[in-house]
Amino acid sequence: MSKMVTLTIDGIKVTVPEGTLLVDAARQAGIHIPVFCYHPKLEPAGMCRMCLVEIGRPMIDRNTGQPILDENGQPKLQFLGKLETACTNTVSEGMVVFTQSEKARQGQKATVEFLLTSHPLDCPICDKGGECPLQDLTMAYGPAQSRFEYEDKIHLAKHVPLGDLIYLDRERCILCSRCIRFQAELVGEAVLTFDERGRSSQIVTVSDPPFDSVFSGNTTDICPVGALTTADFRFGARPWELKAAASICSQCAVGCNIVYNTRREARSDGRIVIKRVLPRQNEEVNDLWICDKGRFGYHYTESRARLTAPRAEGRPVSWEQALQKAAEGLRSASQKALIASGRLSNEDLYTLKRLADHLQMPAYLYTPIGGGEWVRRYGLSTGSDLSALGKGDAILVVASDLYEEAPLWYLRVRQAAERGAALIIAHPRTTRLERQAPHQYVLRYAYGDEGEIIERLRREAKIAQTLHEARNLVIFFGNEGMGLEQSESLAAACADLLVETGHAGRIHNGLIGVWPHPNAQGAWELGFQPIFDLQPLFETMDALYLVALDPFGDGWVRQNGRKPFLIVQDILETATVRQADVVLAACAYTEREGTFTSGERRVQRYYPAVPRYGDSRPDFAITAALGAKLGLNLEAQSAARLFQEIAGAFPAFKGLDYARLAETRPQWPPTGRADYPFSGTAQPNTQGMGKILSAVAEGTMTPLPPTMQKESLRPEEGTLLLVPIHRLFDAGSLLTPSALLHGRIGAPHIILHPKTAQEAGVTAGEKVLIEWEDRQAEALVKVEEHVPVGVGLVPRSMGIPLSRAARARLHLAERVR
Amino acid sequence: MLKEIGRGLMTTFKMMLERPVTIQYPEQKRPVRTRYRGRHILRRYENGLERCIGCALCAAACPADAIFVEAAENTDEERYSPGERYASTYEINMLRCIFCGFCEDACPTEAIVLGDNYELSFTDRAQAIYTKEMLLEPVPPGGQPTPQKTPPGVYTRAVPEMEDPKD
Repeated sequence: MSKMVTLTIDGIKVTVPEGTLLVDAARQAGIHIPVFCYHPKLEPAGMCRMCLVEIGRPMIDRNTGQPILDENGQPKLQFLGKLETACTNTVSEGMVVFTQSEKARQGQKATVEFLLTSHPLDCPICDKGGECPLQDLTMAYGPAQSRFEYEDKIHLAKHVPLGDLIYLDRERCILCSRCIRFQAELVGEAVLTFDERGRSSQIVTVSDPPFDSVFSGNTTDICPVGALTTADFRFGARPWELKAAASICSQCAVGCNIVYNTRREARSDGRIVIKRVLPRQNEEVNDLWICDKGRFGYHYTESRARLTAPRAEGRPVSWEQALQKAAEGLRSASQKALIASGRLSNEDLYTLKRLADHLQMPAYLYTPIGGGEWVRRYGLSTGSDLSALGKGDAILVVASDLYEEAPLWYLRVRQAAERGAALIIAHPRTTRLERQAPHQYVLRYAYGDEGEIIERLRREAKIAQTLHEARNLVIFFGNEGMGLEQSESLAAACADLLVETGHAGRIHNGLIGVWPHPNAQGAWELGFQPIFDLQPLFETMDALYLVALDPFGDGWVRQNGRKPFLIVQDILETATVRQADVVLAACAYTEREGTFTSGERRVQRYYPAVPRYGDSRPDFAITAALGAKLGLNLEAQSAARLFQEIAGAFPAFKGLDYARLAETRPQWPPTGRADYPFSGTAQPNTQGMGKILSAVAEGTMTPLPPTMQKESLRPEEGTLLLVPIHRLFDAGSLLTPSALLHGRIGAPHIILHPKTAQEAGVTAGEKVLIEWEDRQAEALVKVEEHVPVGVGLVPRSMGIPLSRAARARLHLAERVR
Repeated sequence: MLKEIGRGLMTTFKMMLERPVTIQYPEQKRPVRTRYRGRHILRRYENGLERCIGCALCAAACPADAIFVEAAENTDEERYSPGERYASTYEINMLRCIFCGFCEDACPTEAIVLGDNYELSFTDRAQAIYTKEMLLEPVPPGGQPTPQKTPPGVYTRAVPEMEDPKD
């Protein structure tokens, strides 16, 4: 515990830890000191001079070290001749601060007027207007009238694209450098910087492509003026016209807390639509941030391809007819199976599992990465918090490019490493995590050696010692280059390592699977079996019930003569939907309530944001109606009641309560309307921070089977090894409806080392034909140094159906023709 | 008592000599006062460009929530107003409107004004919603209808000049 210091701010006695900044101490006492450049998550810069206050410090007698007292016995105060910034001064004992004195107010007023000398005051058309710190603080502290004519002001470019997602308005910018510091300090990639000097200073992007960061949207939240705005929300609505609905991001397994801002729109035929996504504060999950995929990737929920009504044999039918036909199909089939994806809520998955058990058919989770069974047993447990990791703790990231797969985990791991946690990265190539986070050890292995990673970590004496001595150990595992079985055995080995180093079953310790879907962990917890290769099922089964997956569109299943009776339940018209015998139209998760279990096993609630689309229904209601036709009584109305059933049936969910998931805890920094200048427009959390499941393995440890060694391919001289990797912006059916992201998604491509490209006789930008096993696909060539020689990296979900490493041949597409 | 009756009849006889106040509406119409608040008009500049910049401050000021605005971006190829932004949708629900004139006060470009027209009648609710086309005043002589094609570099201000409100 650090030393406490007592000071007086505006007559209020405040006691805070030593080293606290004055502006934070005041905020803790409920006093708002106006700020523009200061942000509680960033290092102070003292750029804007808005937080000027009068600071008096007690005079100290140099001989005795005691404060000098005046005639009344009070310590004599010494004031500096001028005002000081509250954001760069730390508190000291006996300090007396005036934030509202005549002199301080004058300083603040002058600062606002100075900032406005070159500000265009175009608030009526500014997207920030209504939630703008400059606007608010001008009203509160500034002069009522400007002494500067518009013509006298500096005029700069007003519509500068920084990348394709963010616009910069140079006239509005007050050069507070919050965006620059956010990128450099928090994200670790200095893609923005100041250019020129003095009156000509301006923000520029120095990366290629411009503003090359997946966190770019956050700079618009912390921008204290309307200088940075998103292309997505440009002139979309005024902030006060928007309604807010708390939700959970559905783009990856992190489970970022978000808010959907909605509005009725004439452009969308009078429907209520989502206008933008803002982060919702949860200091245990995503702080005040979200990634660009979460911020801009929501458009699929309002895509033109949404299913509005159930169908049978390609024609719209009533729900009664569709359900009847589906029930008949399932009843008459002798071999049948249910396959669901991690996009569904816990309640949906539970209902599906009950139906599968009732019909005695297997319930599969469609996932490219396995090992959830181990996360279920050795994952994080109740009370764990990644932000608690720091000095003395260790984080191991295996075969996962966190920056591309789960950006917020990248951010949190990087922050933990900055706080002193030992970061150990095992990856076959250099990832952004390695380049941008202070790491302790890197274990470089060749593709194909995934089975030996954990063994090699054990053999490296220093790494082994760090792992053993760590107070807490968290292991993230991915499936870079691996198929389902290999990632399963990797997860088992990681769990083994946790047990061996004595970290299993403890708080702040555990295994985290970097799943591509928001609720894959929920499916593992509810007892689904993993599957990825669906071809055998399509060849042997009589009936299949597919929920929220598109194996035809992904290219995993190929049409041959035989096709089982297909029941497809989804929200979009996908290639699989077009193959279906019965289509059941589900509503998007933004139109209903439910819970997701994130990769760190945190159960979080989401709430309806917009009305249901057409005649679609929630997944659990559809399954329950189908169950009713097959003689199974399931809850069809209330997600809350289903969750209570789950809590009663599964030990890990024991003690969780649907209503209590909406509970929140006090958080720092404060957020909300009055704190927009202080912490940005991230929304306060009033609808639930969620709760981590209890450890299944608590007390009794399940013995681990010996690590499975699965054969995998290695790069060899003279051949090309194709390796599937994850990219954040892929061409999956949930991301392509967001037109704004098409520039980031790009065309299908293969990434080669310059040497490999030279050997294959191809150069960057050329179109090649890739042939592997019995498949082929066209792709553009990209050449990057960090790729191992003899390896071709192929992003998943980009139109090249590669599920695991494979030997391949390259041809120039033109030469083939 | 007779005195009182006489006084009352006096008024009656006096009124018989005066001209009637009733006018034959709708054949005859009485001019409205200068500050009368009738149906809204969306004004244009002399060159035909719309004054409205789609800021929706009128909608925010409206106590009856009668105004709905949706904005879009101007380009030099398709310009509706001088600034960066214009109203792509502008609707006033005249059934809700209480003709208080707050919208007029809130407007930074003096685009919306309450006019003289008090003859509003509808036979169903949908008719009571006045669209932008119905509210916009005709293009003044010498002006061009919107959207206009404008040369680049002329309309560089984000918002047109805003004047201090004068009575």
